[in-house]
Amino acid sequence: MTVPETSPVASSRTGRSVPDSGRWRPGRKAMRRQMLDYLATGVSIAAGSLLLLVLVSILWTLLSRGLVGLSWATLTHRMGPPGSGGGLSNAIVGSLLQTGLALLMAAPVGLMCGIYLSEYGRKGNHFASVVRFVADMLMSAPSILIGLFIYQLLVVPFGHFSGFSGAVALAVLALPLIVRTTEDMLRLVPTAMREAGAALGAARWRVILFLCLRSARKGVTTGILLALARMGGETAPLLFTSLGNQTMSTDMTRPMASLPIAIYQYAGASYEDWVQLAWTGALLVTFGVLLINITVRLSSRH
Amino acid sequence: MTSASMSPASPSGREPAQDVALAVRDLNFHYGTHHALHGISLDFPARCVTAMIGPSGCGKSTLLRVFNKIYALYPGQRATGEVMFDGRNILDDSINLDMLRSRIGMVFQKPTPFPMSIYDNIAFGVRLHEKLNRTEMDERVQDVLTRVALWNEVRDRLNAPATGLSGGQQQRLCIARSIATRPEVLLLDEPTSALDPISTARIEELLDELKEEFTIAIVTHNMQQAARCADRVAFFYLGRLVEVDTADRIFTNPREKQTQDYITGRFG
Repeated sequence: MTVPETSPVASSRTGRSVPDSGRWRPGRKAMRRQMLDYLATGVSIAAGSLLLLVLVSILWTLLSRGLVGLSWATLTHRMGPPGSGGGLSNAIVGSLLQTGLALLMAAPVGLMCGIYLSEYGRKGNHFASVVRFVADMLMSAPSILIGLFIYQLLVVPFGHFSGFSGAVALAVLALPLIVRTTEDMLRLVPTAMREAGAALGAARWRVILFLCLRSARKGVTTGILLALARMGGETAPLLFTSLGNQTMSTDMTRPMASLPIAIYQYAGASYEDWVQLAWTGALLVTFGVLLINITVRLSSRH
Repeated sequence: MTSASMSPASPSGREPAQDVALAVRDLNFHYGTHHALHGISLDFPARCVTAMIGPSGCGKSTLLRVFNKIYALYPGQRATGEVMFDGRNILDDSINLDMLRSRIGMVFQKPTPFPMSIYDNIAFGVRLHEKLNRTEMDERVQDVLTRVALWNEVRDRLNAPATGLSGGQQQRLCIARSIATRPEVLLLDEPTSALDPISTARIEELLDELKEEFTIAIVTHNMQQAARCADRVAFFYLGRLVEVDTADRIFTNPREKQTQDYITGRFG
């Protein structure tokens, strides 16, 4: 086997160096592009790190300040005057009750609305496009406005704040989220599935309920859980509706405590134990939301 | 024009010995303003495999979708003419679609396993039309899975999700699901186009067994498949029926030049 003398293989074997054509050296333009590439990568990494830093510092502050106050007493004692060794039990119970009731109201309506948009309100349906537009708008509406709206609707006419009106405000907040995720997830179900169901002689409602919704169930549940997480951390809609309450109350027609409101009230107080409770409350809310998010991640993976 | 005037002269109408499962007369189909089928007249003899061939867009799938009125899911699609099945014109508005579809089953191009267990995939359709107790349902499931040669592969995991099966297994499951409701006609829309050669061969064998009991209408792009499985072959072009005859004749000595050109791959 003969190798041509000019081949680089031959030259390296013989130790002789053959000059390259010069095309390997980058020109000015190529150098510039390379530098820009490095720069852009560097800036992106810096931006990402900054975001991560903020998150980590928030979590770290929360943990270091909040964990100190986390004890069995915090979970079992209700809120009380400064120095009385109060806890957050009524706020925890209030939060669970209000978000729970809100979910019971928002999930079925949101689910059905999402089904309507995806299965009955496709192209060219004007009513559906109006509903879709309003849902999108509601999704980005300031939550304090939702609070004020429910204040006018449910608090003023009855003459007092109530846990129920808080739950309704949270439901209004969650509704558009559930509607849009449900619709998006149902739209991912292939047409072939709907046709296959119909071809077996299944009525349309049965196809939607048992085939479409079933194959989209993971995405739909994810949407509902994310809405739940969103509701758990909201303060603004509750300020004008459930107000907050120092005593333990499970009466939905009376003012009701909640964790975000307790944080809001205690964080600015001049009593040390109240500030401590605010930190602990913030920790509880954050980890509650985190727990929901992790559940979502794990359940959507399989 | 040739198609409409030609079909009555085709052998289908002149074989009194064979009963006809589906009789199509002067069928026209519209997608909105698009006229997709022009005056189709064609018979589907009972317990025979009739293959529909032709280039993409020739209307063969459209025709198949008329037989179980699946097109009715979409507003703007309409069929006129006559499709006689068991003494009634199925295009009539008075026809109960769920009843019709329990008697005329369909298998689609891509396998469409439902998001449930293998067992429930079959039970789903059966439960729509019959009330069976647990034992009867078990028997039905085993029976249809055995007939599509899937029983031995899945008998130990009937409760596993159907989406875990391979493509070929999924398609056989879909066929099992369709015959589980005991239809009289089975419509197959390119059932093997998404499958590997081995799975394709199994499904073709299966068609041979199924035609003992069912009337089968199959749309296929695969000429060899039509030659292997079909008793009769109908050739469509541009929304018209060009020729229908026994598979032997179509592939060896077709009457129309268009058919000849298409089956020899000279189609322009």
